[in-house]
Amino acid sequence: MDFSYTILIPLIPLALFIILGIFSKKITPAISGWLGSLGLGTSFVLSLYTAYHYFLEGKLNGVYQTFIYKDTWIIFTDKLYIDMGVLIDPISVMMLVVVSTVSFMVHLYSRGYMKGDDGYTRFFSYLSLFSFSMFGLVLATNLFQMYIFWELVGVSSYLLIGYYYTKPSAVAAGKKAFIVTRFADMGFLIGILIVGYYTGTFDFDLLSNPEGSIITNGVASSFMGLSVLTWAILLIFIGGAGKSAMFPLHIWLPDAMEGPTPVSALIHAATMVVAGVYLVARMFPLYYFLDDGFALDVVAYVGAFSALFAAIIAVTQTDIKRVLAFSTMSQIGYMMLALGVSKYEGHDGLGFMASMFHLFTHAMFKGLLFLAAGSVIHAVHSNYLKDMGGLRKYMPITNIVFLIAALSIAGFPGFAGFFSKDEILVAAFESNMLLYVIGVFVAGLTAFYMFRLYFGIFWGKETKFDHAPHESPLSMTIPMLFLAFMSIAGGYIHFSEYVTADHQSFEAHLNYPLAAIAVGVGLIGIIIAYVLYKKETSIPLKLSNSFGSFYKWTYDKFYIDEIYLFVTKKIIFGLIAAPAAWFDKHIVDASMIGIGNATASLSNRIKGMQSGKFQDYAMSFIGGGVVIAMIIFYIWIN
Amino acid sequence: MIEGISIYEILTLTSVLFFIGVYGFFTRQNLITILMSIELILNAAAVNFVIINTYLYPDFLQGAIFSIFIIALAAAETALAIAIIINLYKLVTSVEVRDTETMKH
Repeated sequence: MDFSYTILIPLIPLALFIILGIFSKKITPAISGWLGSLGLGTSFVLSLYTAYHYFLEGKLNGVYQTFIYKDTWIIFTDKLYIDMGVLIDPISVMMLVVVSTVSFMVHLYSRGYMKGDDGYTRFFSYLSLFSFSMFGLVLATNLFQMYIFWELVGVSSYLLIGYYYTKPSAVAAGKKAFIVTRFADMGFLIGILIVGYYTGTFDFDLLSNPEGSIITNGVASSFMGLSVLTWAILLIFIGGAGKSAMFPLHIWLPDAMEGPTPVSALIHAATMVVAGVYLVARMFPLYYFLDDGFALDVVAYVGAFSALFAAIIAVTQTDIKRVLAFSTMSQIGYMMLALGVSKYEGHDGLGFMASMFHLFTHAMFKGLLFLAAGSVIHAVHSNYLKDMGGLRKYMPITNIVFLIAALSIAGFPGFAGFFSKDEILVAAFESNMLLYVIGVFVAGLTAFYMFRLYFGIFWGKETKFDHAPHESPLSMTIPMLFLAFMSIAGGYIHFSEYVTADHQSFEAHLNYPLAAIAVGVGLIGIIIAYVLYKKETSIPLKLSNSFGSFYKWTYDKFYIDEIYLFVTKKIIFGLIAAPAAWFDKHIVDASMIGIGNATASLSNRIKGMQSGKFQDYAMSFIGGGVVIAMIIFYIWIN
Repeated sequence: MIEGISIYEILTLTSVLFFIGVYGFFTRQNLITILMSIELILNAAAVNFVIINTYLYPDFLQGAIFSIFIIALAAAETALAIAIIINLYKLVTSVEVRDTETMKH
């Protein structure tokens, strides 16, 4: 079997980025929209073809094979070198499908959403750049290649968040996203360097081989009670947590909603933010086998805490995109949790499979939620819940697809989210009771805030609009309908046959008692939301007042941003940077300037000696000669 | 060898000649007179060569021959210096030393 053609999947968007970027002033918007969509459509078809081909025929003796096509790029030593290439295995193929599907849908959707915007072609070239980077990240064969594309997705995310560059808040949000993730990536880079130093390789197939020497000898050298490699993968996880907006590196994600909504759907819901999950999954054997999975426990608890934390904040937010952003963070926490409780072999690897499954279904329904939210924002020109209400009459299609996505994320039986969430909860239940309880509680919260959003937008109070909102054009509704279809159908794919930790299929069944509990909690959430928000009542206000300062804290996102500001502004800038700058300016610089001034004034004084009269020079020459002669004579006669 | 005149008197004469040349070289303002002072220095040296040869080593001729070299060299040097001075005069219409100070910049 030959999968070398998969290199085309990232290269087509790259070519599009270059073409659209260079000729952005010459290409008319209609053409650039079609060109971008066509290119991504090609990648989409190729990805589907790869998936079809791979999952049907990629098995050898019941194990999915790993295909690697690569070329050496940089050579450090005979053993340590960096390759560039593509790696085909179950999770990368699965990610290819996710990224290409959502990206293609977002391209189609953007043709309608961005219509009439000045930077239309620029927008599509950025989207292509992002798609290229994300495909490259997914297909990376080694840590270093992944790091390069990791940074590239960061750059394209920055460009797209700051797309409305005349808006100061968008510029600030772009900077914030870039700096926070960059800060986290520093951990990633140090981790990569440690891995390279101690193992002598960056290749995933060597690192993640459970029988390989790296894992069996991994605990040989230790540092502060843990093996060095465990520290390395913890540092790498910091990079993953930064990209995936895990607590406490999540602060950039809500602000990133300043970007155009299709961008939020593509980057900040479906693809880039799950890169951290993908990274942990990619190196899963290392996380699992080193030090009895200490690093994996960290992943699980960080994920669980982030899921809970974000879900609580999401309940109080009033900007619909921010609710979705916190919901994304919460769901990614879920995926991390599932990875963290997973084991390696056979049915014990349920968590791994559930995490990938949830990644897949989440990409579909969260992408859809964002697209639907974009459709609403497109119609009412506001992000805030207070400007919405009763929209079901004006926007029937958006209403239906939003409902489907909300039911899916709430884990309503029959929808995609139900199946993946159930697997996650089963995996958590089998491993750790605390994490399971958190998971169930978050499931209830998720259902509640999602339906708060749904009822708030489409039911609730009857808003008087200046000009009546209208349903979005076909170019926007068709991608939404497709994703709505996927938000239901995605759940019926038997992931346990295809995407597992040890590349072998196993049988996964619904665990009915646990599913019943999760569904029950979800239903309670939905019912509470129904009671509170179906019609406009004063109960929510009273409730929020009764929570008092807790509500205020939650509404202000637990002041994490303020803590960051305090640490950076007051402590780092005020206590460290400012004195250092003073020292630099008044001690280091001043001494250099002093030396310069002293030299200049000295030369000013003695430059009179150089009169330009050759007779003076001759005089000093003769005088010097006489003096030397006298000295020699004096020595000689003594 | 000149009867009645010892080497000391002649060496005194050439020393006086030499220092007159050095004094002129330092104090004259005109480039032409400076050139003349240089000639005095060179001539003092040439006479020294001849005198020392004649008085101390009468059987050899190197000193006398060397003085001929010095005369030839002085002639060449003068020709060159005059050429430079003429060019300088074309440039600054002066042969005074102080007018050549601009060359230090």
